[in-house]
Amino acid sequence: MNAMETRKESDDFILELHNVKKYFPVQKTLLDQIFAGRIDYVRAVDDVSINVKRGEAFGLAGESGSGKTTIGRLSIGLEPLTEGKVIFNGMDLSALKKEELRKLRQKMQVIFQDPMASLNPRMTLGTSVMQGLLIHYPEIADQHRDMVVSIFEKVGLTPANYYFNKYPHQISGGQRQRVVIARALITRPDLVLADEPVAMADVSVRALLLDLMVQLKKEFNLTYLFITHDLATAKYICDRIGILYLGKLAEVATVQEVYQKPLHPYTKALLAAVPVPNPRKRRTEPMPEGEIPNPIDPPSGCRFHPRCLIASAECSLTEPKLKELEPGHFVACHHAKLG
Amino acid sequence: MEKEILAEIKDLSVTYPTRIGSVSAVDHVNFNIYKGEILGLVGESGCGKSTLGKALLRMIDPPGEISNGKIVFRGENIMEYDYNHLRDFRGRHVSMIFQDPMTSLNPVQRVDEHLIETIQVHEPQTKEDSALQRSKVMIERLGIGIERLYSYPHQLSGGMRQRVMTGIGLILNADLIIADEATTSLDVIVEAKLADQLREIRDEFGVSLLLITHNIALVAEMADRIAVMYAGHLVEIGDIYKIFEEPKHPYTQGLLASVPNIRFDTNEHLYKMPGEPPNLTHPPLGCRFHPRCPHAMPICSQREPLLVEIEEGWSVHCWLYQEQSS
Repeated sequence: MNAMETRKESDDFILELHNVKKYFPVQKTLLDQIFAGRIDYVRAVDDVSINVKRGEAFGLAGESGSGKTTIGRLSIGLEPLTEGKVIFNGMDLSALKKEELRKLRQKMQVIFQDPMASLNPRMTLGTSVMQGLLIHYPEIADQHRDMVVSIFEKVGLTPANYYFNKYPHQISGGQRQRVVIARALITRPDLVLADEPVAMADVSVRALLLDLMVQLKKEFNLTYLFITHDLATAKYICDRIGILYLGKLAEVATVQEVYQKPLHPYTKALLAAVPVPNPRKRRTEPMPEGEIPNPIDPPSGCRFHPRCLIASAECSLTEPKLKELEPGHFVACHHAKLG
Repeated sequence: MEKEILAEIKDLSVTYPTRIGSVSAVDHVNFNIYKGEILGLVGESGCGKSTLGKALLRMIDPPGEISNGKIVFRGENIMEYDYNHLRDFRGRHVSMIFQDPMTSLNPVQRVDEHLIETIQVHEPQTKEDSALQRSKVMIERLGIGIERLYSYPHQLSGGMRQRVMTGIGLILNADLIIADEATTSLDVIVEAKLADQLREIRDEFGVSLLLITHNIALVAEMADRIAVMYAGHLVEIGDIYKIFEEPKHPYTQGLLASVPNIRFDTNEHLYKMPGEPPNLTHPPLGCRFHPRCPHAMPICSQREPLLVEIEEGWSVHCWLYQEQSS
């Protein structure tokens, strides 16, 4: 049963996460395990359901430890699930054999934060980008070079032949991230997982990369799962956004809805904390007390209740379910009200 | 109100020799830091902002060196200080908070030991009890529970560690705190709280803050004045309200227009600045921004402009605002 959205005829979901959980065991010595009599788990992702529509850019935002990166990795089968189901293009990822999953990977590609760490320093840029083709399309080896050149042009690495034989250390950070984007797109994916793709870029470069990603999305009919800690950046690329807190979804809606009408107290605090580049609009709201609690032993009931300004007795006892308060606007809070 | 000058940075240059020629990471920079102000120093990676921050403490590692200019702090030229004098100056008068508190704190020292050591190095006559007392007061002032005094750095959260660093900076009543990307590795809520705290500390202790960051929105949130650096040059400096309202330097204009804003009533499209910052081994001639500048004129590629005051307290390093014959 999908807890989040009831399926409509018109909906075409490329990616569905059904009650997904991921618990990581905490490393302990054998002796500790015997004495404690149990193993502790970090509940990185705890019962999250998300549907990503084909062609949209879905953002996942939250602070460190909220589980956003783990959800990304689970979504493309880089990590086995503890519980739940991930369905990509109608196929259940956990039911696939290793070889089948590998074939499917050309349809789901990744862009990570640090392009220098994602590129092999001893491979030319052209060879790096070509790797996907060598694995998935070995039969058309004679066309590989032309395909790489054409994708380089699409991502703005021109003249493409010049960049083809360069090494990662010879180009700038912004250009490196373009190479990583080119590599992700060369196998013509349907879904691109972008995990903090512009977090390392400087402001002026960031605007160019975001613009490029928006353009490429249109041109290649891509769906983005965009993971970020930076809500201001998400505004420029995402259609819908999910706010995560300690492994759970606090709120999901269109970016405009969430930013202009946040309903969850955590979302409100998070949005208020983002500095606005206008000294005449400085923040006056107080920030919530404390810091994100330990995910090994999360608070009972609503996980945000110890820091929440409007928490009541109920909040520490029962966990709020994600409810659709308005069409398309989901909130997990006992006290969330419209208006 | 006449502002009291705390530090004057005069014609300061920092150069690093490299295999392919020397790099001027900071090139003839002039500005003042006033008492009790928060000055935001912004720019992109490699613009020299961190190097400038380090230079203020004369902490440039060889083979890099301060190749020109001087730093006058409370009337004294610190370029003339000898090793012992400099050692006392660092920490007592100017202290620094870095981006990563985990690498700045000693992993095998407790919080109380960090603070007591700081006091006793600079004031050897202070007894351990009274140093501990002062540490307790400081820790509580920063909103860290007293029980945390006996924790090791790894037992603290990132925000807490950064507050301990701030405490170490403040415990000797420094006049200037240089925060080099101090909030960058923190989550936004923790960052916002640290920002509030730094502001409160400024109000309470009258300390000056030099906030070095690439986060322009944070500077808008906190600073009284803003200084913008590009490729080793200080290109614009002035009042935060005025510069955000009507930036003069084309780089400042582009930079401010490319900052994402979470509010929906503002810029829906980010300005896309062409090109990338230059490589400082071969900086462009004249104004270093001219290859990316939409207003570039013939003179811009030939001669470097001066940093000229266009109105009181507002200076711009651009040919658009000065006579070409000068």
